[in-house]
Amino acid sequence: MKPRQPYTILPDTGTLPDVQMYGPGIRFWHWSNALMVVVLSVTGYFIGTPPPSSIGDTSVLYWMGWIRFIHLAAGYIFAVLAIMRLWLAFTAGGVSHQLFVPAIWRASWLAGFLKQIEWNLLLTDRPFRYIGLNPLGGVAMFFLFVIPGAVLILTGFAMYAEVTGHDSWQYLLFGWMSELFGNTLDLHILHRLAMWIVISFAMVHIYIAVREDILSRQTTVSAMLSGDRLYRD
Amino acid sequence: MEKGETFFEAIRQRGVSRRDFLGFCGLMATYMGLGPDGVGLVAKALETKPRIPVLWLHGLECTCCSESFLRSGHPLASDIIMTMISLDYDDTIMAAAGHQAEQIVEDIMRDYKGNYLLAVEGNVPLAGDGMACIVGGRPFKDQFAAAARHAKAIIAWGTCATSGCVQAAKPNPTKATPIHKLVSHVPVVNVPGCPPIAEVMTGVITYMLTYDRLPELDRLLRPKMFYSQRVHDKCYRRAHFDAGQFVESWDDEGARQGWCLYKMGCRGPTTYNACASIGWNEGTSFPIKSGHGCIGCSEEGFWDRGPFYERLPNMMQWGVESNADKVGLAAAAALGGGIAVQAGATLLKRIVTGRKLDAGVGQNSPDKEENT
Repeated sequence: MKPRQPYTILPDTGTLPDVQMYGPGIRFWHWSNALMVVVLSVTGYFIGTPPPSSIGDTSVLYWMGWIRFIHLAAGYIFAVLAIMRLWLAFTAGGVSHQLFVPAIWRASWLAGFLKQIEWNLLLTDRPFRYIGLNPLGGVAMFFLFVIPGAVLILTGFAMYAEVTGHDSWQYLLFGWMSELFGNTLDLHILHRLAMWIVISFAMVHIYIAVREDILSRQTTVSAMLSGDRLYRD
Repeated sequence: MEKGETFFEAIRQRGVSRRDFLGFCGLMATYMGLGPDGVGLVAKALETKPRIPVLWLHGLECTCCSESFLRSGHPLASDIIMTMISLDYDDTIMAAAGHQAEQIVEDIMRDYKGNYLLAVEGNVPLAGDGMACIVGGRPFKDQFAAAARHAKAIIAWGTCATSGCVQAAKPNPTKATPIHKLVSHVPVVNVPGCPPIAEVMTGVITYMLTYDRLPELDRLLRPKMFYSQRVHDKCYRRAHFDAGQFVESWDDEGARQGWCLYKMGCRGPTTYNACASIGWNEGTSFPIKSGHGCIGCSEEGFWDRGPFYERLPNMMQWGVESNADKVGLAAAAALGGGIAVQAGATLLKRIVTGRKLDAGVGQNSPDKEENT
């Protein structure tokens, strides 16, 4: 296991060396995950609110079938990626654990968090330069992506268990969800609400990543592409 | 009732021929999915085992379960089972009335302690010490508690008994409570539906009388043989769902063609029941076959998940009538607005003050000292 890197505030002035922020596993996860979120949101939206009826002979049409197939396949990939990401949090070192454990007990993290709020309210012109996840962004990731993501996986497989039936492993592992809710319509509603949370998160996430890249004197978008964060003065 | 009397003897005394009896056994074996030798098994069990008495109590309910039962698609089955049940106690259909009738309950509970089946239609309102439902001058709560104490097993008929149905819809003023939440020591079989399908009811009761044990149950205590699949799984319109052909509004071309009612709020995809395979009224039809979506009547809290004609139910907890999509879109729009405001403000600030401020020159914001 590689050593973990806590959230660290860097000197405010002067040139700084590049820092490797994201390993190849994390970057692979990030972009595949992003693709899955897009595919799942689009297909998922159409499963709940199907497109206008297809015209033609029923025997040759399979629109909902394909939409559901793509959604289910992408759902499996999303779940496998989630497991991979969890595993990387333990093995990849660096800042990879910060997605799951925002270090709210650290003074430096708290300072960074408050500074980030100030910065986003346009109350300061000079944000911190730092190694690690943006503390405000990290909190958003945890509550608006990690938790809804877990809810999506749980409710998703519980609904899949409805299709595969009582003898399936999906029912064995996730059937307790139906018991918890009684009426499985609630699973669908919760799944859809969680989708909207993730979509909202993605909007803010992309916007903030671009904004930070432009304004915060450190790279964010390209850091997730190359893995290295560059600092400007 | 004579002790040790078999089911077969009981119905023979009521003039049912052996031929009809075997027909009944065949029907039941088919419903229960027993295979070719099932007829013999059922017949033998009913001919040799002592008949166990059934108490059929009515709590807070509308009697639609009994009505459904009386209209069993195969009159033979209902006649036979009805005969058997009315031998004991069912206040809606038995001949006895008043104190004489209530005495039967007492007698059965005493004579067959721990050995009678208790069938309950409706649920038990607990609010106000059970005053919302009085049977024979006493709260149903007490009658149920006494009858449940020494029952061999309890069958909860209908959605009332399994999850509360309309009486338990929010805010549930009488605190109507489903049967399985009130007993812990007696096994409960849930047979949901508003009402349950008649053939399902006869099937469950025959299974229990024949085999002297409960049918295999799922996690919500429903017999797997009838409730393990959703209406959607067996729906004859499923091909239209997979094809993406939906009824968009009532009486449109899709409705005439018999396309899928998913967009019209059909609850088939989340409803566990046998409607699509057994059907109603001698298999004549079921709601979807009649062009109306399933309302999910065998599911918990289905009254609180309306409107029945929209795919996404209202979410009352948001104060206004809303659903998952409206809430999600509102949240996304609010965030989008926030993004636009912040981006606009940032841009304006940059244009007005210029980039040099970012380098910490000539700032007059309060935090500049600590930064520079």
